[in-house]
Amino acid sequence: MNHSEAAEVFTEDVDRTTWHDKTLWFVREKRDKAVFQIPEWEALREAASRIKHNALSNLDEYLLEFEANAIKNGVKVHWAADGREHNEIVLQILRETGATQMVKSKSMLTEECHLNDFLIEQGVDVVDTDLGERVVQLAGEPPSHIVMPCIHKKKEEIGELFHEHLGTEKGASDPKYLAEAARQHLREKFLTRRAALTGVNFAIAETGGFVVCTNEGNADMGAHLADVHIASMGIEKIIPKARHTGVFLRLLARSATGQPITTYSSHFHRPRPGQTMHIIIVDNGRTTQLGRPDFRNSLKCIRCGACMNTCPVYRRSGGHSYHNAVAGPIGSILAPNLDMRKNADLPFASTLCGSCSNVCPVKIDIHDQLYKWRQVLVAEGYVDTTKKQGMKLMASVLSSPKLFRFSGKAGRTMMRLVPFSVSNPLNPWFKQREMPEPPKESFREWYVNRDKK
Amino acid sequence: MTSRERILSAVKQNKPELQPLPETATFQSDYPDLVAKFSEILRFIGGTPVLVANYEEAETYIRQTYSDLPRVVSKVPALNHLATTDWDVVDPHQLETVDLAIIQGVFGVAENSAIWVPEEQTGHRVLPFICQHLVLLVNTADLVPNMHDAYERLNVGESGFGVFIAGPSKTADIEQALVIGAHGARSLSVVLLQNS
Repeated sequence: MNHSEAAEVFTEDVDRTTWHDKTLWFVREKRDKAVFQIPEWEALREAASRIKHNALSNLDEYLLEFEANAIKNGVKVHWAADGREHNEIVLQILRETGATQMVKSKSMLTEECHLNDFLIEQGVDVVDTDLGERVVQLAGEPPSHIVMPCIHKKKEEIGELFHEHLGTEKGASDPKYLAEAARQHLREKFLTRRAALTGVNFAIAETGGFVVCTNEGNADMGAHLADVHIASMGIEKIIPKARHTGVFLRLLARSATGQPITTYSSHFHRPRPGQTMHIIIVDNGRTTQLGRPDFRNSLKCIRCGACMNTCPVYRRSGGHSYHNAVAGPIGSILAPNLDMRKNADLPFASTLCGSCSNVCPVKIDIHDQLYKWRQVLVAEGYVDTTKKQGMKLMASVLSSPKLFRFSGKAGRTMMRLVPFSVSNPLNPWFKQREMPEPPKESFREWYVNRDKK
Repeated sequence: MTSRERILSAVKQNKPELQPLPETATFQSDYPDLVAKFSEILRFIGGTPVLVANYEEAETYIRQTYSDLPRVVSKVPALNHLATTDWDVVDPHQLETVDLAIIQGVFGVAENSAIWVPEEQTGHRVLPFICQHLVLLVNTADLVPNMHDAYERLNVGESGFGVFIAGPSKTADIEQALVIGAHGARSLSVVLLQNS
C-alpha cells in the first residue's frame, strides 16, 4: 500500500484521526512553550546547524578521531556497510558472549536494519525496553513515531495487549497501572539479560565517547547490568567537540517533547570493570546521501520528531502509512535514498507548507527537499504516469487562454446540468468533500460585462 | 577492502567542501537567582527541591521524608550513618532491592535542573537508576546557568561513565499521559546545600 492508500484506511475512523491529530498537536504546543523560554533559540539552531555542516564536511576525519579515542578508551569499534552487516556483527558479539537473550533500548537504526527480525530468526530473544517500543513489539508492529513509538494506540488497546502478554487485569487501561506493570515485567529482563544494545544520540570525536538520552532510564538499566554493551550508530551521529553536546542537549528534548532536557543524558566513555563495550558504526546508504548535494543536509537530523508533530499530513495519516522506519517529513526525505522505487510516494505525502523546516532544531530544509525529491523521482521514472499525463493536460489548458476559457465554461455547464460528472467516486476531489455550486459566470465574464449592465 | 575502508573512502569522496565551525556556539543565560530557577524547573519536571543550610539539616529532611524505606544506600560520607548496611556489593545486580540511594552530585544546571553524576560518585553505575527513590545533593555554589557553562566546567572524558540526571524517571508513551517512575527512580529529591 502506498502512503495515500494507507492514509485512506487510517482516516476511515474519523474520531481516531481527530484524536491522533490533537495528541500530536498537543506535543507541538509543549515544544513551543519550551522554546519561547529560550531567547537565543534561533541563534542556537543556527549554531547547531553549522556544527552539523562542519561535522558532515569533515566526517571521515572525525570518524577516524572518534574511532582512535574510543579504542584508547577500551571500546571495540566495528564498521558495517549495510544493515545486514550490522546485524551479523551483533549476532557475532552475542555468540562470542554466549548470550541468547538481549535487552534493547530505543534505536531507530536497528529498526532501519530490521535487527529484531534477524535475531529472532537466529534464535535470539530480543526485548525492547522502552515502554512504547515494548507495546509495539508485543503488538507485532513497527513504531509509528521515532520518539513516541505507540502514539497511534489507545490506552484500552495497550491494556488489552498487556492483559494478554503481561497478565494485567482485563479491561484495565489506567496509564499509571499499565506503566507499573511494564516496569515490573521489564525489571526482570534487565536483571537477567547479559547483553544490552542501545542507540547513540551523539558520538563525540574529541573524546571517543557517546551520549544516550532517555526519560525512562531503560538504556542505563540495560547497559549497566549487562556483561556486554553494544551501541549502534549511523556515521552521521558524530559531533566534533564535547562542548557541542551542550548545544544539542539544549535543543533535543525541547524540540521533541517540550521538556528542558531528557531525564537521563548518559555519557559512556569506558566499559566498567569486567564489561565489554562495542560500538558499531553503520553506513547503510548514508555515504550515498552525503554525495547528493540537494539531500545531504538530511543527515544533520538529531531525531527529535518535531517535524512529525507539526506536520498536518503526518498528524492525520499516522506513522505507519509511511511504511518506513522513520515516518513523517524527515522520513520522507531519508527513505527515497534507501529505495527510490519503494518510497517514491513519500515525498508526495506533504502539503509543502514548510512547518517542518520551521521547527527543525538543526535547520534542515525539509520541505525544499521534499519538493526536490519529487522532481528526481519523476525524472527517474518512479512516479505513476497518470500523474504526469494529468499535469501535461493541465499545463496545456493553462497555457492557452482560449482553451482555458472554453474548459471553464464547459466545466461550469457540466456541473450545472450533470452534477454527477464531478460528484462521483472516480473523482479524487469528491472524496471527503462537497463539490461547490458552479458559479453563473467566470470572473473574466463578469469583468468584461460589468459596464454593459 | 574492508567495510571500514569502504565507508571512509566513500565519505571522503562524497563529503562537501569543508564548512567552518560556527564562531558562536555558546550563549549566556541571565538568571537573577540560580537556586530559584533550578527549583522552579525541578518542580516542573516532577522533582522536589529542598534548600538546607548544611548536612545536619539534609539528614533531618531525609529521615523525615523517607522514614518508611528500609534499605538505604549512602554514597555521601557525611550521611553514611543513614545507610542501613554498607552495601559493599561486587555484583551490581545485588542492588535491585535498594529503596533509597543518597548520592552527591558534582554540579547542577539551572536552565533544566540537570545534575552531573559521574561514576566516581555512585560506586556502581547502575545505582541511581536501579534504586526505587533517589536523593541527590548539590551545593548551591555549584549551580551553573546553562548547558554551555556545564560543558565548560566538565572534562567529560575523565569519567568512564557520567550522567546528567534531571528529575525522576518518567514516560508519556501511553496516550501522552505523564507517569512518574518508568524504569529508574520513582522519585527524586534534590537537596541544595547552602554552606558546605
